[in-house]
Amino acid sequence: MNEISAVRARGDQHRYRKAKSTFVAGLCILCGVLVVTPLALVFGYLVIQGASSVNLDFFTQLPKPTGEVGGGMANAIVGTFTLLALASLIGVPLGIFGAVYLAEYGNSRVNWWLRFSSDILNGVPSIIWGIVIYGIMVVPMKGYSAWAGGVALGCLMVPIILRTTEEVLLLVPQSYREAALALGIAKWKVISQIVIKTARKGIITALLLAFARVAGETAPLLFTALGNSFWNRNLSQPISALPLQIFSFATSAFDDYHRQAWAGALVLVSFVFLLNITVRFLTRKGA
Amino acid sequence: MNSAQPATRPAQSNVMAVSPSPASPPVPAFEASKVCVWYGTKQALFEIDLTVRKREITAIIGPSGCGKSTFLRCLNRMHELVPSARMEGKITLFGEDLYGATVDPAIVRRRVGMVFQKSNPFPTMSIGENVIAGLRLNGIRDRAFLNEQMERSLRLAALWDEVKNELHRPGVSLSGGQQQRLCIARAVAMEPEVLLMDEPCSALDPMATAKIEELMQELKKNFTIVIVTHNMQQATRCSDQTAFFYMGKLIEMDSTAKIFSNPGQKQTEDYITGRFG
Repeated sequence: MNEISAVRARGDQHRYRKAKSTFVAGLCILCGVLVVTPLALVFGYLVIQGASSVNLDFFTQLPKPTGEVGGGMANAIVGTFTLLALASLIGVPLGIFGAVYLAEYGNSRVNWWLRFSSDILNGVPSIIWGIVIYGIMVVPMKGYSAWAGGVALGCLMVPIILRTTEEVLLLVPQSYREAALALGIAKWKVISQIVIKTARKGIITALLLAFARVAGETAPLLFTALGNSFWNRNLSQPISALPLQIFSFATSAFDDYHRQAWAGALVLVSFVFLLNITVRFLTRKGA
Repeated sequence: MNSAQPATRPAQSNVMAVSPSPASPPVPAFEASKVCVWYGTKQALFEIDLTVRKREITAIIGPSGCGKSTFLRCLNRMHELVPSARMEGKITLFGEDLYGATVDPAIVRRRVGMVFQKSNPFPTMSIGENVIAGLRLNGIRDRAFLNEQMERSLRLAALWDEVKNELHRPGVSLSGGQQQRLCIARAVAMEPEVLLMDEPCSALDPMATAKIEELMQELKKNFTIVIVTHNMQQATRCSDQTAFFYMGKLIEMDSTAKIFSNPGQKQTEDYITGRFG
């Protein structure tokens, strides 16, 4: 009896095999549900705990001194956006120009090293960035500052933007580059006017993902931006950020601070959520 | 300044000029001598000597992998995009060396336009923007001139009447045949001296193919055309001269009538009668 007829002869095991198949499919569905559950639980719990405290004061008021009830996180919200803006000064140009180099210019050996180091950087724990920036900026400048916080977040953004942008640039068909070059258009114009424009949705997606990734970072800010109970009027001074404010309120002993930490967490998660939904929306319509 | 060059040319443009009388002797456009090309260590072309005449259509035929596209790309230095490619030999266009030490490949490509096998209008641009993309990205800002050139090029590409009311629509919204004519319009907008066509009809249906072939006869009045084709009927129908390439060598080149009725080489005869390839 050859192999095939042996397999055919096992026809009587049909029910057993069907049960096995159902079991494996069930296991996969269960794991799928287990992946989604924490997100639903976290978000649901944040809504329950924080929604009642998300009010106008939260967005417009400074934190009240310890012991006083009320106040908000206006400075932390503005601080987060300030830090993101500073971070993009580093992350966006380095990431995009690096990706253009990888996709359009680099030779394979240099590219291999660039990708390798970028992937290593991507895996560096964010607190390491905080300590590094503390050493090279905070100590020499003799103080925590928004600049240092922005640089720390910017360093985190570079490898994310670099690799994602490189991928979308490589997705642009070679035939568009050829068509443009055959018109006698200079290479840098082909890249800036044809390739990047064709890939622009993908690049925006890469940027949003990077923002979403670093917006909630706390560790690198602890050593750099430090946090601030007041408005930051000078980027050389410490600045508040939502994750820092949540951290400091959540670890305090006052109920009203806890209430606001929940609200802050809800706002931060909603912001990241919104960024991700925007990304979904952009990618759904094709790059 | 290089980018300003095309702007000055249309003034004394010869594109709209009357074609020379058929009696005038042929003028060489391209003259290739001893052109060899390697990809890495693999030699793709062996000492090609070939002359392309001005305002004629020269067809290059041959089986896949015979080097005909490689040769075509040497004519506008597009083969240089392949990092491992290396060329030896000499190619001149109206007497000027295309590979001179001071010659910028971008300038060569402005003089020698190209239409590709697969139509490739820029996806982010409208029909109109596609046509003038080459001019605009070479630094021409004069809106009136650009509009004029847009219409003229679309007319030359026999596309104007079909798209004149939808110039703002995306270039990729057109049909395959229209897209290919849009690419022709985009190439002729630069007012090149020569138009290279790399199997321009291989992705098109017979109707669209007929339209492009008809268009080529019109374009011939103003441009020198070199076309690579797999389709021998197409070469017979539209070309004046035919070159037969086989395994990286130019086997034979002669008038199209001669090649297809009474070829000088056995290999050519075998190929055109369908015995191989």
